[in-house]
Amino acid sequence: MSGDGTATSWIRTVSRHHLFWPVVALVALWIACGIVSPGFLDIKLVDGHLFGQLVDIARNSVTYMLLALGMCLVIATGGIDLSVGAVMAIALSVSLTYIDGAANGESVSTALTAIALGLAAAAVVGAFNGFLVAGLGIQPFIATMIILVAGRGIALAFTGGQITTTHSAPFKSIGSGFVLGIPTPLVIGGVVFTLVALLVRRTALGMLLESIGINRTASQMAGVRSRNITWLVYVLCGLLAGLAGLVYGAPTMAADANNIGQLMELNAIMAVVIGGTKLDGGKFSLAGTIVGALILTTLDRAVIIFHLPSESKDLFKAIVVIAICIAGSERLRGQLGLRRVPQVPGPPTSPNKPVEVAA
Amino acid sequence: MSQTSASAPVVEMRGITIEFPGVRALDGVDLTLRPGEVHALMGENGAGKSTMIKALTGVYQIDAGTIRVDGAEHRFHGTAQAQVAGISTVYQEVNLCANLSVAENVMLGHEVRVGPFINWPATRRKAREHLALLNLDIDPSSQLGSHSIAVQQLCSIARAMVVQAKVLILDEPTSSLDKAEVAELFTVIRSLRDQGVAILFVSHFLEQVYEISDRMTILRNGKFVGEHLTRELPRLELISQMLGRAGDELAAIEAGAQRVAREDDESRTPLMTALGLGRNGSIEPVDLELFAGEIVGFAGLLGSGRTELARLLYGADKSDSGTLSYAGEPIRSAAPLASLKSGVAYSTEDRKKEGIIADLTVRENIALAIQANRGAWRRIPAKELDEVVARYMTALNVQPPNPNMLIRNLSGGNQQKVLLARWLATSPKLMILDEPTRGIDIGAKAEIQRLVVELAAQGLSVVFISSELEEVLRLSHRLVVLRDRQKIDELANGPEVTSSTVLEIIAASTTEHEEGAA
Repeated sequence: MSGDGTATSWIRTVSRHHLFWPVVALVALWIACGIVSPGFLDIKLVDGHLFGQLVDIARNSVTYMLLALGMCLVIATGGIDLSVGAVMAIALSVSLTYIDGAANGESVSTALTAIALGLAAAAVVGAFNGFLVAGLGIQPFIATMIILVAGRGIALAFTGGQITTTHSAPFKSIGSGFVLGIPTPLVIGGVVFTLVALLVRRTALGMLLESIGINRTASQMAGVRSRNITWLVYVLCGLLAGLAGLVYGAPTMAADANNIGQLMELNAIMAVVIGGTKLDGGKFSLAGTIVGALILTTLDRAVIIFHLPSESKDLFKAIVVIAICIAGSERLRGQLGLRRVPQVPGPPTSPNKPVEVAA
Repeated sequence: MSQTSASAPVVEMRGITIEFPGVRALDGVDLTLRPGEVHALMGENGAGKSTMIKALTGVYQIDAGTIRVDGAEHRFHGTAQAQVAGISTVYQEVNLCANLSVAENVMLGHEVRVGPFINWPATRRKAREHLALLNLDIDPSSQLGSHSIAVQQLCSIARAMVVQAKVLILDEPTSSLDKAEVAELFTVIRSLRDQGVAILFVSHFLEQVYEISDRMTILRNGKFVGEHLTRELPRLELISQMLGRAGDELAAIEAGAQRVAREDDESRTPLMTALGLGRNGSIEPVDLELFAGEIVGFAGLLGSGRTELARLLYGADKSDSGTLSYAGEPIRSAAPLASLKSGVAYSTEDRKKEGIIADLTVRENIALAIQANRGAWRRIPAKELDEVVARYMTALNVQPPNPNMLIRNLSGGNQQKVLLARWLATSPKLMILDEPTRGIDIGAKAEIQRLVVELAAQGLSVVFISSELEEVLRLSHRLVVLRDRQKIDELANGPEVTSSTVLEIIAASTTEHEEGAA
């Protein structure tokens, strides 16, 4: 590689940014999809509504996004929340069961009450997790596993063991409607991201979260209320998981307590990790988490676009995720000489190799 | 001292340069280690000693320069390669597994094997042999954690010798040892030296450096200053080379922090009063009064209960007997946040575990306590924080003066200054300083000592805890003597009080703890 010093150092600075590899991977995936399926990148305005594959991907990613934002904050404190998938099921079951029993399911007030009840149930579960972790000092992995295992039972209790199917146009619209031409879930995702970002970066919450995640003892010695903050974070994570459940289940209006949110906790964790937040806590990246969620959704879509046989689609996703993690690995970059030796800025193509092979 | 100048060097480091983002940590530094010689690496905190060691042990990769071991050039990628080349390190913090047995630790990776299995009796026997070489007679099957830090340190030296190190690096090996243990360690170091091992010794205790080393290399601000035979370099000359300023100036700093006997004023009211304050298994009930403008020194050996008492005063641990009152108000249940809010700050003994937030910046580390005080929601306005950070970084002379550096990249002394800034920013009325000068070079130490005196002059009440009795004596107005987790005496400091006075009090009724097996 030739190039003067400033250009090289610019490349180095950009390539060292924690968002660099995730964004490269996302763009590479989109380009690969665009090559295989012309029109993939098109965005059309039909009847004043945005349509297109990218819009679909963005809308579908909102479930991952909501889960992963909460998960990201929990992970920042050095914890983990395995219950989010089950919380999705609980929140949706509570909401739909209420609508099912309500006199007028189609009224806006019924839908709003249903949403509030679903979110309240999710927050209660989050508070329970927080109590186990922060109050009783149980390891987060074990503490949140309780709801992972028992949560669907709770959801089934609400639905009476049935798959509750009901009708409510206002409720359904949170999953499939449009606001000013933009899909409602996307609006919800945008608003929530903004609120969470404001919450952690405009207040001191973000710094205190990181401080707790990096060194809990030292933080406590400095007067940080690590218990309260940890508790709060689990409540937030529960709340966001509940919202994810509602947005995810609203288009079908069916509360299938056994299946909704299955393995979602792992997807959420993966989105956070792809986004460059380390699992051992401390520094976290909300923007990276959003990119992570988009990558996961794009992969779901790419499997279809590339006509991959269904038995190998998980393998494909795994390869891409591993490639992204490897590209972001500090140690590997050090071994490739990227960290200090300036002359090799490294092939930025390495993460899309699997894509090219697949294409 | 051995005469070895003729023998060929084992390690030759030439023109070593290491850069971190924004800092050149080392700039063309040379270091030569010869077999059968103890070589001291000298310099202030931040001079580049640790970086130099990490370059030699393969933790950091060098940006320029050459490292030759036995004449062959090496470029280490990781500590394993350095170990293969015969370079072993014993760190300040013992880095062995406390929950494994002594034999497992010493022989790790070199167990006696029978096919895929380990022959434990033979392994333990070999471990015992290696320990015996260091005059250490302990049961190899005992748990490592059950031994004193000194014994653990010797175990890690034994481990270094198992891998047949040609070069042994001892990084602040004596900072948590008492006098007898240091003597023990030095015997071992000398015997290793006589076996032809090249030893690199880093310590901030000048006495020890002069006692043990044959030769020294001096660094300042990441640059090579000089290499001298120890016996040819007078102390004052060494200090002025390390500091880059005249020795008398340093003497003036130290003299500025003089002991001042304080006249007792019967009418004054205590800021904090402890009555029978104690905690089971931690410290016996203590009566104590702390006054504004007064420095109270806690004197006692390691493990005497100094830290335990400090933690009770701050509320880091809960007391289970007695009462504590502050400014006339009884404190029901002391806790760090409440203490901070009422004006009590505690700078912890363990900088790494209970002090710094390694992955946050200097700025955030300073902000932490005042932010915790305000709560999570009321973020300190950036401008206000910038001012606070700049003020304290200047006042405490934090190097490098970059608030956005991660604190983990600062030297130990500068980390300590940042922590002091964190506590001072809370505008405390009572400041408890637990080992604020441990592992810190004389320059920074004098600065911190001077600060302590200034704070008291401004009306702060200060509790000063240090393993160095001389330091406690120099600074304190009043001494609280502890032993075996009890307060055994309290006396006003004055010219007639010397370290032997205090040691006599401590030694008055018990024999010291014994060395070796538990």
